[in-house]
Amino acid sequence: MDEALRQYIDLYEEHRALIDANGTGPLNALRPRAAEMLAAMRLPRRGDENFENIDLAALLAPDYGINLQKVPIDVNTDMTFSCEVPVSSQSVMMNVNDTFASAVEAYDNLPDGVDVGSLREFAALDPETVTARYGTLADMANPVVALDTLFAQDGLYLHVRKGVRLERPLQLVNILSASMPLMAVRRVLVVIDDDAEARLLVCDHSQRDDVALMALETIEIFVGRNARFDYYNIEESTESTVRLSALYVSQQAGSQVNIDGMTLFNGSTRNEYYCRFDGEEAGLRLYGMGIGDRARVMSTYTRIDHSAPRCKSDELFKFSVDDTSTAAFTGRIYVAPGAVKTEAYQANRNLVGAPEAKMYSKPQLEIYNDDVKCSHGCAIGQLDPMQVFYMRTRGLTEETARLLLRQAFMADVIAAVDVPSLRDRLRLLTERRFAGLQSACGRCTKCTRADD
Amino acid sequence: MLKVKDLHAEINGREILRGINLEVNAGEVHAIMGPNGSGKSTLSMVLAGNPAYTPTSGSVEFCGKDLLAMEPEVRSHEGLFLGFQYPVEIPGVSMVNFMRAAVNARREYFNQPPITATEFLRLMREKRAVVELNDKLASRSVNEGFSGGEKKRNEIFQMAMLEPKLSILDETDSGLDIDALRIVAGGVNKLKTADNATIVITHYQRLLDYIKPDFVHILYKGRIVRTGGPELALELEERGYDWIKEENKED
Repeated sequence: MDEALRQYIDLYEEHRALIDANGTGPLNALRPRAAEMLAAMRLPRRGDENFENIDLAALLAPDYGINLQKVPIDVNTDMTFSCEVPVSSQSVMMNVNDTFASAVEAYDNLPDGVDVGSLREFAALDPETVTARYGTLADMANPVVALDTLFAQDGLYLHVRKGVRLERPLQLVNILSASMPLMAVRRVLVVIDDDAEARLLVCDHSQRDDVALMALETIEIFVGRNARFDYYNIEESTESTVRLSALYVSQQAGSQVNIDGMTLFNGSTRNEYYCRFDGEEAGLRLYGMGIGDRARVMSTYTRIDHSAPRCKSDELFKFSVDDTSTAAFTGRIYVAPGAVKTEAYQANRNLVGAPEAKMYSKPQLEIYNDDVKCSHGCAIGQLDPMQVFYMRTRGLTEETARLLLRQAFMADVIAAVDVPSLRDRLRLLTERRFAGLQSACGRCTKCTRADD
Repeated sequence: MLKVKDLHAEINGREILRGINLEVNAGEVHAIMGPNGSGKSTLSMVLAGNPAYTPTSGSVEFCGKDLLAMEPEVRSHEGLFLGFQYPVEIPGVSMVNFMRAAVNARREYFNQPPITATEFLRLMREKRAVVELNDKLASRSVNEGFSGGEKKRNEIFQMAMLEPKLSILDETDSGLDIDALRIVAGGVNKLKTADNATIVITHYQRLLDYIKPDFVHILYKGRIVRTGGPELALELEERGYDWIKEENKED
């Protein structure tokens, strides 16, 4: 067993009854298997393949507390919330640390056929659906998934039934707050039935920058035939926050999934995306961006499995690193032998703004048939001095020119967001981020409603 | 307005300008011609303040101030404009936002309040007409996907927006068909007043059929080797640059 994992397995074995008591059947059922997997696992170290700049063993070594008893933690939701309102979502839900806390707006306006709320509650209400899906997509050989499965007691459940279309996006706000080191273990399960449509916006906030906090999450998304699902995730946490996230998607024939993951403020972040086409003629747009300065660390791993013919994937990730921050991107695309007429496009573009900042990029295409259109491109560079000069000859200061250019660099990732109010909001947040406004949105000191 | 005295400049340690002397007064149009590699574009870059170029000796006075001591943006505020030979594409930055930032940067420099939205839109509309620039181009990213002609018209549009005292137009005619050339030159002529001045850098005489110069200078190997009136351009058109090269062979 990996030394770094011992404390977690010990904790589980010691408090098993308590964990199960605050969990529920379908979630509890997978814990023994998770413990078994972890016991035989070695955590990836910095320098291991696909872990160029992040060390899971080191990140999991501190003695984080896990709120197994579900003791309510006083969180100033208003502080975080004032920033979120302009997005005008259908309904706004919150996860406080690892517990689905409350719905700020009631679910009045939701159409019939939409189940959304606490995973724990729905696992009790509809154990059949939850059991059929929970843990079937996420791979327990992944330490993030195994650890999450070992401790997950709650999270978000979203089930949109056949043919139901949600017009306005749903919004989930994850708030991380504690006065002592805390690991929040969350789980998200999304089931979009055939012909259904939904969009989910997830905002991650940390309210403390003086306490070690970890967000551990596993997300499983099942998208049915001809269904559509958009998933937008914005991280605005703090330098003392660690985020380990693993997202799994399975798409049936004719479905369309759009994912956009944005890291505006963070500490150490590992985002993994595993996307699989399980039916023909499905489409995936997987976009992401990250802005790093100081000593922030961003590590992204993506895998797109073209297991079925005639599917199209469009992948774009952009990073900007300054000071001593680092970012790593590994993008793996696998095209199975029978997956003819596959179209897969991948691009990774990065700005490195300081001599000590580092970017690692690794496109990996594995193609097992001839009848495909695939491309990948990767660029690491600095702002074009001619662009800066051109703007300065029109009267812009060097600082303003650089700010506009860096914002512009992220423009296509933001443009892919299909919710106009969120898109505008993101432009503003990105501008502020690049302008050097260090306070995260969650603290809301720079942010006034007037700007919206 | 502009007094260039014995200006030397280099890029990457290679001396390109080797003693330029040039004086431009308000109301004048100067043409600088010369064969490829003579230093025409370097002169425009040095005057506009491109940090890639280093002036090594000599002086440049602009409206009584030391031009070489100013940052490029200050040169712009003080009334210097460079129309680029290759206008730079800036994906993701819209022309509207770019111009608003430019106009407001200048207003800030002169302690004026930012331009109002209505006033700005009126200004954009008025100046676009100078070069018949499509309003759709104004809402697109700076120069991105513009045709050669549109890019050059966009340069003159920006010049109109910024109302410079001295405009340096670097090979504004290159890549233009005859109709676009007429529009661009027409724009430059419309903007001409008794108080401003223009330096037209060109390889060919044909632009000078539309923009009439008061003085023509021939730049060769980093020096102005000959200065004359419009007839000098015609002579070049007829004889080519070989006789200039021949005359200055000892360099």
